[in-house]
Formats: sequence, structure tokens, C-alpha cells
Amino acid sequence: MGKKIHFFNTILFKISGTLLELQQVFMKSNPRTYIISKKLDGFFSDVYAIMSFIGKFFRELGPPYEWREIIRQCYMVGWKSLPLISVTSFVVGIVFTKQSRPSLSEFGATSWLPSLVAIAIFRALAPLVTALIAAGKVGSNIGAELGSMRVTEQIDAMEVSATNPFKFLVVSRVLATSCMLPILMFYMAFISMIGAYLNILVNEDTSFSAFFIKALEKITFLDFFSSLIKTIVFGFSIGIIGCYQGYNATQGTQGVGRAANFAVVTSMFVVFIEEIIAVQITSWFR
Amino acid sequence: MHKKTRHTNIQDQHADIMIRDLHKSFGANTVLKGVNLDVFRGENVVVLGRSGTGKSVLIKIIAGLLKPDSGTVVVLGKNVPALDDKELLQLRLKIGFSFQSSALYDSMTVKENLEFPLLRNSRNLTRAEINTHVEEALDAVGLKQTILQYPSELSGGQRKRIGIARTLIMRPLIMLYDEPTAGLDPITSVEINNLINEVQERYNTSSIIITHDLTCAKATGDRVAVLLDGSFIRTGSFEEVFATRDERITSFYKYNFIN
Repeated sequence: MGKKIHFFNTILFKISGTLLELQQVFMKSNPRTYIISKKLDGFFSDVYAIMSFIGKFFRELGPPYEWREIIRQCYMVGWKSLPLISVTSFVVGIVFTKQSRPSLSEFGATSWLPSLVAIAIFRALAPLVTALIAAGKVGSNIGAELGSMRVTEQIDAMEVSATNPFKFLVVSRVLATSCMLPILMFYMAFISMIGAYLNILVNEDTSFSAFFIKALEKITFLDFFSSLIKTIVFGFSIGIIGCYQGYNATQGTQGVGRAANFAVVTSMFVVFIEEIIAVQITSWFR
Repeated sequence: MHKKTRHTNIQDQHADIMIRDLHKSFGANTVLKGVNLDVFRGENVVVLGRSGTGKSVLIKIIAGLLKPDSGTVVVLGKNVPALDDKELLQLRLKIGFSFQSSALYDSMTVKENLEFPLLRNSRNLTRAEINTHVEEALDAVGLKQTILQYPSELSGGQRKRIGIARTLIMRPLIMLYDEPTAGLDPITSVEINNLINEVQERYNTSSIIITHDLTCAKATGDRVAVLLDGSFIRTGSFEEVFATRDERITSFYKYNFIN
């Protein structure tokens, strides 16, 4: 993995170098092209930097592990997100069921409601909503925490005390988000289904077990597996982007705010892109 | 108040830190322009200069936190800019760095702050031995009672002391102090100055003390070097440095509140 990233980075470095040469050519002759070239160079430099950061993550992934910090981060990411995830998922379940009922009842197909809700929740809503909540709550937290550690020289202090701050701060957080997001996703799916059941119960008399049997009969192993892989990727992206922004924060408290903000915005953007790719890939296997 | 130099034959010894023709720029801003400095075993060298003259940059280069543009920085016989990550890690075991902001880890107690480098660099130590090391380091800075407190519960002076204790726990040969008395009241400043001298005597450390506080410079420095416009313009004992009519140096004295 590290070698592939290194190869990719070499290409990016060459593109950036070529753009830099082009900039010098266009600087005088064509100012507009110069500005575009400069922006493109900035973009490729950023991609290069984040790819190097990811490469470093995989190089540092081996033992010894900072178990205590990993467990602490799992607690922060997982347990501390439960109240927000619980409320949101319950509401998502109720609202989605309530909004879907009129359309299905037009065709006399309200009996399909549990399956429809289950498919929507397992395939798309639970992974995506969990990831968006995590991007907002966990991503900003990681960005701000590491950013403030950077500007108050705490990361430098770890470096000069002959320890590895990357392993302690970055690897532990990215592992925590990658491990906890799938768990949160399944928890969210379960709570959403309870919300959906309660909404159905208001309109028709159905038992909890009957609802769940009906709901899960359309859920395949592929749905389960693709959502699991997807949320691991979402968790990794949120963790690595938050850490990258925080770890490279500059310019004092303003930089901390910017790191937290960029962590959220970039994570959400990347999650949406990954969702589109994941849907495309999964559809090939259906 | 003025420090008595213990080490009369310092200049005869091998230099623990040797800097030659050091240059460093940040974009168009050239901070260091050909800095030369030697620090001998057991010596406290004070680097005096106005804000923004590159004092902190100098010690960050010595600790390997920044890369110089050119020049040689030899610390304990190793050329710092040429070291790879592993070699740098080994060298840093012998360097203590006290940050201006203390840089204590907010999420950890004082005990955990002190244990942090020890747990990761001395893995063969037992829990009892680690506790002994922590207590000894806290004892050295006179703050044993704060062991279970968080950095946010400490005063500025206590934070500085804990920051120094955290570096002492690894028994460094070299100490780098970045503005040790900045933002402290005069009494606490004197306590920190005394602590710097105690550390030198107890652990025989070679130190660079970055400051613009003349009281600190006089109390702790065996030698004083004045950094201006990117290079040292005068080096010597405190009295030698200020026995001049050079306005750039005398103005420093004039505007400092010193007896």
C-alpha cells in the first residue's frame, strides 16, 4: 500500500513540477492561464501532501500499538456519539416510514413498507447518515484537538521527547474511527428500524417479530457486507482527513478553527463521493 | 544574583553543540544568516535577542524540529540535519526541550505527562521504577503534590516547572530552554532561574537558554550571546557583553528592568 502511494505521489510531484514550469512560462505572456496554473498546482500539492500523510499512516500501522489511546479514542468516537446517533436514527426511521406510506398506499402496497424501509436504511441511510454525523461531530473534534495541540507545540514536545506523535495521535484516531463507524452504523440501522416499527404500529396492528421478519427478508448478504465495507472506508476517510487538517494546522487559534472547519467540509464531500462510487460498485454485483 | 561559573576549563573541553555558518529562511524572510556557536559540557549559554530575531528557530534546528537551509549543526558528535528519523530519535533521548508555552499534554495528568516519554523509550522498566522516576523528577522541581492534577489546574510557573521535569525524566545531556521566564512574575522568574542552575549542577547538562530577560541571562548564563539581524554580534560573560557602547546592545540593557 505504502509503495503504491509512493508511486502515485511521484506522479503528482512530476505534475506539480510541470505546472510550476508552465506557470513561469505563462506568468508574463498570459496572466489568466498563470492563475489557473497556480490554482491547479496548489490542488496537486494538497493531494500530494494528503497522499504522503496516508502513506505515512500505513507505514506506521505496525506494532507496537498505542492500545490505551486506541481504546480511549474508540470510547470518544463510539460511546460519546451514541446519544446523537440514537436520536437522529430514531427520527430518520419515523420520518422515512411516514413519508413513504402515502406513495405505497396509492398502489395498495403498504405491506411492502417494512422491506422498503429496511432496504433504504441498510443500503443507504444508515451508512450515510452515520458518516455525516461522524464527520460533523468526530471530524471536527479531531481537527480541533490536533490543531490546538499543534499550535500549542504539544506535538513538537512529543517529537523532541523521542516519541512518535504520529503513531500516538493519528494512527490511534484513524483506527478508532475505522472500527467504530461500522458498529455505529449497525446500531443506527437497528434504532431506525425501531422508529419505523413504532410508526407502522400507529397505523396497523403488527407484532415486533412479524415486522422484523418482513423487513429483513429482502436484506441480502451483499447489502450487509457492502454497508460494512462502506462504513469502514467512511470511518477511515473521516479520521484521516480530521487528523491531516489538525496535524498540519498553522497560524494560531485561527488555524485551529480552520482545521476543524476543513475537516468537516472535506470529510462530508469525500463521504458523498465515496457513496457514489460504492453504489456503482455494488450495483455491478447485484 | 549574578551566577558564579563553576566550569573554569569549559573552553578546553569538546563542544556538545557546535554550530557553523547556519542559515535559515522562511520564504523571503531570512532569519539566520551565518550563525556560529559552541556550547561546552556543563555550560549554560544564554542567547539574548529581541523578539523575531530567530532565537527559537535556532534551538528548534538543534532539536531537529526544523531543517536549516545550509550550515552544520553538530550535537553530541552527530550532524543533526543529516540524521534519518531513527538516528534523530536516538539523539533526542539525550536532549531536553523546555517550551515557551510549556507544551504540557492537556488531556493527561502531570503523572501521565511525565510518564509519556519514559513508557515509550524505556519499555523494560517496571511500574514501580517508572513511579520512582516520576517522583524523582517532580521532587527535582519541587512539585510532588501536583502529581494527579491536570495542566489546566496549574499556574504558569508550575507548568514551566512540570515542563522541565518532563524533560529531566529522560536524564538529558543537553537542555534547550525557550523563554523560560516569559509571562511569569519576578518571584516565579527567580525560582525558574534557580531551577535552571540546579538542573545544570545536578545533571551536568549543557544548556542553551533563549531569553530577552536580562535578569534570567545574568542569573543563569555562563556565557551570553547576543543575536541580532540573523547572527551573533557579541559573545562573552554577561559583563563582557554589556561593557560596550554599541547602541544595539546598550539599548537592550536600558529598557530592561534590572538592578
